[in-house]
Amino acid sequence: MPDTRRPTNGSDTDGIRIGVYVCHCGTNIAGTVDVKAISEYAATLPGVVVARTYKYMCSDPGQALIQQDIRDLRLNRIVVASCSPLLHEPTFRRALDRVGLNPFLLQMVNIREHVSWVHLDKPAATAKTNDLVRGAVRRVARHKPLQKRRVPINPSVLVVGGGIAGIHAALTLADAGKHVYLVEREPTIGGHMAKFDKTFPTLDCAACILTPKMTAVGSHPLITLWTYSEVLKVSGYVGNYRVQVRRKPRYIIEDLCLGCQECITACVYKEGKTRDEFNLGLSKRKPVYLPFPQAVPQKVVIDPETCIEFKSGKCKKTCIEACGERKAIDFKQKESLEEIEVGTIILATGFTTFNAARNAYYGYGRYPNVYTSLEVERLINASGPTSGELVLRDGTRPKAVGIIHCVGSRDANTNRWCSKVCCMYSLKLAHLIKERTGADIFNFYIDMRTPGKGYEEFYDRLLDEGVHFVRGRVAEVTEWAAHPSEKGKLIIRAEDTLAAFVRRIPVDMVVLSVGLEPQPDAQAVRRLFNISCSNEGWFLERHPKLAPVSTFTEGVYIAGACQGPKDIPDTVAQAGAAAAEALALVDAQFVELEPYTAFISEEECSGCKSCIPLCPYQAISFVEEKKKATINEVLCKGCGTCVAGCPSGSIQQNFFEDEEIFDEIEGVLAYA
Amino acid sequence: MRNRQLIHAPEPHEAFEPRIVAFFCNWCTYLAADLAGTSRMKYAPNVRVIRLMCSGRVDPQFVLDAFAQGADGVLIGGCHPGDCHYQEGNYKALRRYHLLQRVLRQMGIEDDRFRLEWISAAEGDHVRSVINDMVEKVRALGPLQLNGMTEDALEEVAV
Repeated sequence: MPDTRRPTNGSDTDGIRIGVYVCHCGTNIAGTVDVKAISEYAATLPGVVVARTYKYMCSDPGQALIQQDIRDLRLNRIVVASCSPLLHEPTFRRALDRVGLNPFLLQMVNIREHVSWVHLDKPAATAKTNDLVRGAVRRVARHKPLQKRRVPINPSVLVVGGGIAGIHAALTLADAGKHVYLVEREPTIGGHMAKFDKTFPTLDCAACILTPKMTAVGSHPLITLWTYSEVLKVSGYVGNYRVQVRRKPRYIIEDLCLGCQECITACVYKEGKTRDEFNLGLSKRKPVYLPFPQAVPQKVVIDPETCIEFKSGKCKKTCIEACGERKAIDFKQKESLEEIEVGTIILATGFTTFNAARNAYYGYGRYPNVYTSLEVERLINASGPTSGELVLRDGTRPKAVGIIHCVGSRDANTNRWCSKVCCMYSLKLAHLIKERTGADIFNFYIDMRTPGKGYEEFYDRLLDEGVHFVRGRVAEVTEWAAHPSEKGKLIIRAEDTLAAFVRRIPVDMVVLSVGLEPQPDAQAVRRLFNISCSNEGWFLERHPKLAPVSTFTEGVYIAGACQGPKDIPDTVAQAGAAAAEALALVDAQFVELEPYTAFISEEECSGCKSCIPLCPYQAISFVEEKKKATINEVLCKGCGTCVAGCPSGSIQQNFFEDEEIFDEIEGVLAYA
Repeated sequence: MRNRQLIHAPEPHEAFEPRIVAFFCNWCTYLAADLAGTSRMKYAPNVRVIRLMCSGRVDPQFVLDAFAQGADGVLIGGCHPGDCHYQEGNYKALRRYHLLQRVLRQMGIEDDRFRLEWISAAEGDHVRSVINDMVEKVRALGPLQLNGMTEDALEEVAV
């Protein structure tokens, strides 16, 4: 096997002038690692000209220190031992670049996340750091100057999910002059917010603030809105994604439908018989329906599962008659596939609510008067199934209502996280129910969590309104009456932990404040877009504080509750942030890609073709005339799989060349 | 052939602390190790992590070289099946791992010294448990002994 590597020690270190910079990171590193000893040790390593420590190497003076040394000591290789390269590698690379040293002549050593934060024993942590620094010093001597690749960026943006996050992001981008594709799975945009009656703490009506935005999306010349559609496939890379979207047949020609709904009136079903998804089953709909009156687009949908024409082919088709000249109904419509090209992608796929039936002891699904909070949102909504009248299933008004907090939140048996919005929406529901019915309201809470502008004040207001608060997790909801006065009621049993006794409170209606959960297909979606999820299933942001809407996949952003539970103000803020990030990328007109691509040394290549099937991006091809393989740098994403698989050692990867890795291995293992 | 001195283990009177070289992929396991750090989880200080873009970049020679240079164990960390940032590099790593495991076995290197783990970016706790577990197992095995081999074999190992 040819060995292209140069000897490790001796002549080749001539001309290599390394500076080693060890960061204290305040006490984050210096508290566990003897930084001074490390710099002293590093100074003894071959090729090292200078080794220093500094309180905060990433700060301006820290960077200036490195830059000064590069100038004064003619350094040509830099090792920075500090935090994770994922945090500050770009910072230090820029610092090198500014003084004319190629940014790839830097090697970072992660001695915070991988050493000082995970070890307690100072000598052991220091010894480990020494090993890592030695590995980096050996490796950096091999580094070669590299250039980032510049590729043009497609200015169009794909927004996935048409809830308030997706709507806000799409409008922001379109108003900035970018073409946006907004893809929504349901037949209408609006998401969860469209289902709400009022929003806390200001009690603005959700529809009044949402529907104008929905209409704006529907009519914006730069927004291509595809509802009832799903993303099937994503390929490409930042700046140049190719996306395949499946448009499900709604059996209505969208361009021809005016939304007059005459077909709905004319349908052979005089009454709706099917569960109305938008009203969570609290009302029935017909096979041809509009999800809700303010739906965008104002186009009806035909549900093939329940439509007689689809089931038997023998319907009188009164709908077609009613549609008449417009001819918007097409029973033969097929799904279509759209191929689009976009530069960036914003995921705003939202959340789902906790399935209350999982907590069997609260009787959801067993007792008709146990509702989820989302169902109550529909009940009190003026455009809901009861036109805003809060009545029980038998049509009577409740005189006492119990609201149980933290159902499917802060619970070791279901979800451990706090869903963040339930305390506030429970207060809002308490206020609205009291206002509409005058009922006695009992809130059962673990802790009231009301941080936010005007939120605590809203809580105070509810206390003044005479809503009752019982601190304690509810044990059960039962129909079993211990006293004649409890007959026909739902009895809530809970320990009042402030008064220290068990209470039984009979009510007519129970509202379960269900928590927020990741969408059931969040894992499939994350795979589609090549991003990560937290253990709970929320999409993972690049950095929890400094890159909250970015992901580890360049050009893919996340906004809203798909990233974690959040209320409407936070969701809108994130959507704006995601739009701004996408804009920043798009407006630069080109994007810089890491130069970690693989390349083939023609002299070494034997033409065996074993690398070709290893590449998932078809970046490697075979040149028949030369009988050699060649790599298309534009298609190569820089994983290095072909490099490891090449039997003749003729493929190398920039920044991860064999000799760089070998030297790092030997460096970390060499005894001091 | 590369001109290099093989490094031998320290004197036996010192308490044995295993030295493990880990190759972590940039997108899942390296991030998980970062997460373990930001979560302040504590684990054994015996592992030296080398960052690669993908577990598919782990050349079997890296593993052999690490053992030849005195590592008592080698750990590879990649994304879960189906989660690879580069679609399928982790499957290639798995293939190579199984082949290499058989080669190492023939050389008398115990299975517990060479490990492949799928650790996602969210599984900082898994980094901790895998490292602690591996360090304990390698500690129980004792230092890697390649001394029984002929110089020729050692040179071959060194590539």
